Amino acid sequence: MATATAPASKDQSQAELHRRMLRQMLLIRRFEEKAAEAYALGKIGGFCHLYIGQEAVAVGSLNALRDDDYVICSYREHGQALVRGIPATAVMAELFGKATGCSRGKGGSMHLFDAGKRFMGGHGIVGGHIPLAAGLGFAIKYRDGDQLCLCYFGEAAVNIGAFHEALNMASVWKLPVIFCCENNRYGMGTAFERVAAVTDVVEHACSYDLAAELVNGMDALAVYEATTRAVDRARKGGHPTLLEVRTYRFMGHSMSDPLHGVYRTKEEVEEQRQRDPITQMAHKLIGDGVLDQAGVDALDAEVRAEVEAAVQFADQSPDPEPGALLTDVLAE
Amino acid sequence: MAEITYLEAIRQGLWEEMERDERVFILGEDVGAYGGAFKVTDGFLKRFGESRVIDTPISEAAIVGAAAGAAHMGLRPVAEMQFIDFISCAYDMLTNYVATARYRAGLATPIVVRGPCGGFVRGGPFHSQNPEAAFFHTPGLKIVAPATARDAKGLIKAAIRDDDPVLYLEHKWLYRRIKESLPEGEEILTPIGRARVAREGRDLSIVTYGAMVWKSLEAAEQLDKDGVSVEVLDLRTLLPLDDAAIVATVKKTNKLLIVHEDTRTGGLAGEIAARINEQAFEWLDGPIMRVTAHDVPLPYAPTLEDFVLPQTEDVVKAARWLAAY
Repeated sequence: MATATAPASKDQSQAELHRRMLRQMLLIRRFEEKAAEAYALGKIGGFCHLYIGQEAVAVGSLNALRDDDYVICSYREHGQALVRGIPATAVMAELFGKATGCSRGKGGSMHLFDAGKRFMGGHGIVGGHIPLAAGLGFAIKYRDGDQLCLCYFGEAAVNIGAFHEALNMASVWKLPVIFCCENNRYGMGTAFERVAAVTDVVEHACSYDLAAELVNGMDALAVYEATTRAVDRARKGGHPTLLEVRTYRFMGHSMSDPLHGVYRTKEEVEEQRQRDPITQMAHKLIGDGVLDQAGVDALDAEVRAEVEAAVQFADQSPDPEPGALLTDVLAE
Repeated sequence: MAEITYLEAIRQGLWEEMERDERVFILGEDVGAYGGAFKVTDGFLKRFGESRVIDTPISEAAIVGAAAGAAHMGLRPVAEMQFIDFISCAYDMLTNYVATARYRAGLATPIVVRGPCGGFVRGGPFHSQNPEAAFFHTPGLKIVAPATARDAKGLIKAAIRDDDPVLYLEHKWLYRRIKESLPEGEEILTPIGRARVAREGRDLSIVTYGAMVWKSLEAAEQLDKDGVSVEVLDLRTLLPLDDAAIVATVKKTNKLLIVHEDTRTGGLAGEIAARINEQAFEWLDGPIMRVTAHDVPLPYAPTLEDFVLPQTEDVVKAARWLAAY
């Protein structure tokens, strides 16, 4: 905002934003740790992709959005769902396959959804949802709205045709879409450089005349600032942006995959853990005098309680009714 | 009453829905400035403008994907596949994203994907296909295939108003071949999910759709001269099938011949036969027969295409055999 703000209150709102971001990152971390536990106990089935290590991306970018903007994700979307405001209870219940889940137990980990939060879904096929983001942006423009759509996908998604079709379309039609590539370096167990001719994803923006920025995905504030610039471009005339956010996942691709050993070394994972985005954010807040260690610990205790409550809620929630099996295939 | 073609009927239906509802828009390759490869959307750009008649890149996945995204936001997109064969490029969008959105997310996707299907025009293997079987087993989709000008208009209008995704298969051989007088000023809406008795008969039922309705009617006319009375049921909607109408005609004539232009293996005829086995087996006085295309890609050469696709004489032959059974 360009309005004159007293330095003290500006600092205060900055501090509040940073504190909120740290809390959200902690919430994702603790949520995912509990999800891993529940998976090991057999309470979560199927495929479950954790966001541990990548928290700064969802938190940094989503804080740059308004509540009436739209978000669409790939299958590693627990973090985005939580930051967007879907209650941890509803997300955990969805992982548990319960009727109280945000997709009523019909979606699961990869298909979280809440239209009320303008969270237009996680999607379980790599890159296929990117054209839908163009459609969301198209509808905004069709109605002369000033909202935008933020679309997340991994670096491996840039090898699918839908990515290229959608970027071209968004650029030709000047759609208010931000394409946020979370480059965590591995498509499941395959290093990106082994399967991509161009390994700087951001270079793909040239082909489609998009604005582009390469961002340090371990720094939530860097992500926040880059996304804020992309948001400005989208709102002022709908110029789409491709963000390449370099991040790293500390866990395996999904709960059924090894952490390291096959496609990456233990040493590499350990080295990346030294760049933990949450530790970095906590250090910053302590350095800025926004929080002391006790304050950080208090936030952590708060989110741990929230996650514990979510697990209890999910545990105690009912399974979907058998009748739900046949509903919502078609409108009638 | 002016006589209009099947193509003009589609055009009128689209036009009326665009006039009626601002949420309706058209997107596809060459649909705007060029007016559509077959001129279905000729004049639309001038009337409705660039914001509602949108020329797209040749990107079928993104055309259907973007249409789906816009539909999730409450718009009513009509996406054209320049030839319906190209819908295979959007198979992921339709079967994974569009068809499941309501089930997994409670999200409506009221899109229409329309395009010219079918052979008899020497289009060769990539411009003559009938893709219904590829989508027929996907819960969450609807498929319609009009045979008449009235239904071409009535079904495109109904499809646009439907809250579910609808594949609208328009047969390019019928575009300018079929003409019909449609009353002006009457709103024509063909209910989705309802078949139509195209010809009443007593001795044998032909269940069919699309261009094969006309081949079947010609066959029925010939058989009538031999004293065989054939009933022809035009399905109009392929998904969901109108089981009640199919069972009713079988109970009436006790003999069933299924005719479709699509290839044989895995075609709709197999499913219809299975349903009759389940629902009306006791009523049958003969084996369920089918006339379909041969199980080969559609060849270009006229002699070959004519051999591969079902012709009136093929229907006559099968019907005569079944009637005598």
